[in-house]
Amino acid sequence: MESLIETFQFILQNLINAAQRGSFYAVISIGYSMVYGVLMLFNFAHGDIFMVGTYIGFGIATVFIALFAGFLPSPVIFLATVVVTMFLASWIGVFVEVAGYRPLRQAPRASAAITGLMIGIIFETGILILLGAKRLSFPPLMESIAYNVWGVYFTNVKVMIIVISLFLMLALHTFIQKTKWGMAMRAMSYDVLAVPLMGVSINVIAPLTFAVGAGLAAVAGILYGQAYPILDPYMGVIIGWKAFVAAILGGRGSIKGAALAGYLLGFIEIFVATIFPSTLRDLIAYSIILIILTFRPRGFFGMEHSTKLRL
Amino acid sequence: MELARKFKIMFSTIPMLGWFLGTLVAVVIEYYWGYDYISYYLGLPKIPVLFGTLIMLKEPIMIPGAIGYDLIVYAIPILLVAKASAFLTNPLAAMLEKLPLWFSVLVHLVFFYAILHLWAGINDYRVLVVKLTLISIILTVSINVINGYQGEFSCSHPGFMALGAYTSSIITLIFFVNDKIFGAALLPPALGPWLFPFALLAGGFAASLGSLLVAIPSFRTRGDYLAIISLAFMFIIKSAIENLHFIGGARGMGGQPDYAPLPIIFIWTMLCLWIVHNFVTSILGKALNTVRDDEAASESMTIKTRKTKMSAFMFGAFWAGVAGGLFAHVITYINPGMFSINRLAEILAMVYFGGLNSIVGSIVGAVSINILGEALRPLELFKWIIIPLILIFVMIFRPYGLISFTEINAKSLLRARHKSDPDNRNQNSENQTNEGRTNEDQVNKELGV
Repeated sequence: MESLIETFQFILQNLINAAQRGSFYAVISIGYSMVYGVLMLFNFAHGDIFMVGTYIGFGIATVFIALFAGFLPSPVIFLATVVVTMFLASWIGVFVEVAGYRPLRQAPRASAAITGLMIGIIFETGILILLGAKRLSFPPLMESIAYNVWGVYFTNVKVMIIVISLFLMLALHTFIQKTKWGMAMRAMSYDVLAVPLMGVSINVIAPLTFAVGAGLAAVAGILYGQAYPILDPYMGVIIGWKAFVAAILGGRGSIKGAALAGYLLGFIEIFVATIFPSTLRDLIAYSIILIILTFRPRGFFGMEHSTKLRL
Repeated sequence: MELARKFKIMFSTIPMLGWFLGTLVAVVIEYYWGYDYISYYLGLPKIPVLFGTLIMLKEPIMIPGAIGYDLIVYAIPILLVAKASAFLTNPLAAMLEKLPLWFSVLVHLVFFYAILHLWAGINDYRVLVVKLTLISIILTVSINVINGYQGEFSCSHPGFMALGAYTSSIITLIFFVNDKIFGAALLPPALGPWLFPFALLAGGFAASLGSLLVAIPSFRTRGDYLAIISLAFMFIIKSAIENLHFIGGARGMGGQPDYAPLPIIFIWTMLCLWIVHNFVTSILGKALNTVRDDEAASESMTIKTRKTKMSAFMFGAFWAGVAGGLFAHVITYINPGMFSINRLAEILAMVYFGGLNSIVGSIVGAVSINILGEALRPLELFKWIIIPLILIFVMIFRPYGLISFTEINAKSLLRARHKSDPDNRNQNSENQTNEGRTNEDQVNKELGV
């Protein structure tokens, strides 16, 4: 009986950790999926947009804490940071669309992929040049309080990360299902040729999609900075590629699938790391993905596409 | 414009052999007088290693000296000798034209190697740059088989390279080196350089076996999903090596013997180009293109699509493995981190910059990205802004790469060019006008004019 409870506690503890890690992947991979739905292209710079968003969040948070720490409660500062960062970061997304993807709309898919990768490299190098190689640490936006419920430890930061991620996904769902803009996005992903004929310009919807994805990534960046405070110009590469894998695993263009696969990836990583040596984490996680995709090449919720795609 | 046209007409009567002769003279001048006289009187501290680009970016005050050096050592001798010797080299080229093509190509390659050897012989840095560039050519050509000719978007090339590098390193360390990990050498080390090709071949075969893991899923899926599968494969290889502690794990593996001097790498590169060219022009190679363009149609034309895809992957991976083996024995140290996202970005940049579906394009891509990377080295971080920007512009204005879907004809490249050339041109072979331009770009790039 005693060991059963301990096992239960152990599993619950890791579930919380996994939900936290999965939240980052889920929120970021939604950005990949949205862009895919509209443009049928992956935005390979999205990982680095997340990184830039984190740095913007870092700057805003530092300024706000310095200005208002005395007379505003910390949740207000937090909310202000999130809103301002989202706004600024969404312009990064618009920039990537206009500079990198709009000229290449008729080009082969691989060219757009290369352009995205290169924009990512420019972002990384730009941050390195601007801020130097020293590692910055994200200021805590709220005091961390540890709770212990039935032997399971968690902090309010962890809960906040999970709750905010779920809230963001819900908000996005509402945005896409209920608003006019969301309807335009859905229509665009249904038929990219007919919708512009109905007076909905792809030159409006595509930047909007990039902006929403970038805004989400920036919030994920702020939350990531609360969980792992060390900032690094190459953090977008690691997290971004994994979120990209999650987006594919969930099925191209499927937002629900991307969120689900993001959480799944988080669970795989955390449970592998607790059961096996942590150096095996990537090996096992990617092996599982390889097996899933070998037997279910469309991912979880992917649409049935023809095997013939543009080069 | 008018001047450029006159210039072009003036030098259009020089055959390849003439340009080679001019370059040889230039390189000999540099070899014998480059340091003692020319760079001394121009106030340069030493011979500018990469046409003076490094020193120009480091110390702007040296710019006139470096440009003067380039003019005196390269531009003027090459142009003068090539023009002046045209009366001699044209009959020679015409003579070679009558002989079998392979002989003519061989003569030119030997000539070209002599130039390369003398040029690189000035210092070790140049040797290293040339070696890495040649290895990059193998890598780029081999990924072009998969991404260009076969039309997949495969991201697993660093993984194949790692397989080849580790396999061949383990073989040479076991057999020819007294090593901490694997103990005493099993065979006399003197045999090493002679048996080294077998180690490379083993590395290549290991890579092609590994490629089956990507090739078999490619039967059912294409495009983005295959990209992810190949990416996952690359990460799996990397983290598997990191977890194998008997080959050094994440610390890497060092102490490979230096079995890969310049001539060996040059021979392997030329062999690779020749074999890949034969592969993609064979019936199987043509099948790659049909499978890329329409899988269902080619299936109905009795092409075995599975066999075609598998052979493309295994063939491409084989050469990636060989390139990895050569790389390991040039650097004499490898670790799993070398075969990760950064390497992937570099390889993809080279192949998409140069051009899909073209061996010449791959050569151009590999050479230009490598030389650009080295030439901009003094800019340090800004290099990684300039190179991506160049790539973005190439992608925007030429989405398939600089030279794509065209191939040059060795025969027309090496032919004699007499005065009446403009008339001959169209008769010699089809597509001449288009190819002629790319030839000259290519030659100029290779000669560094």
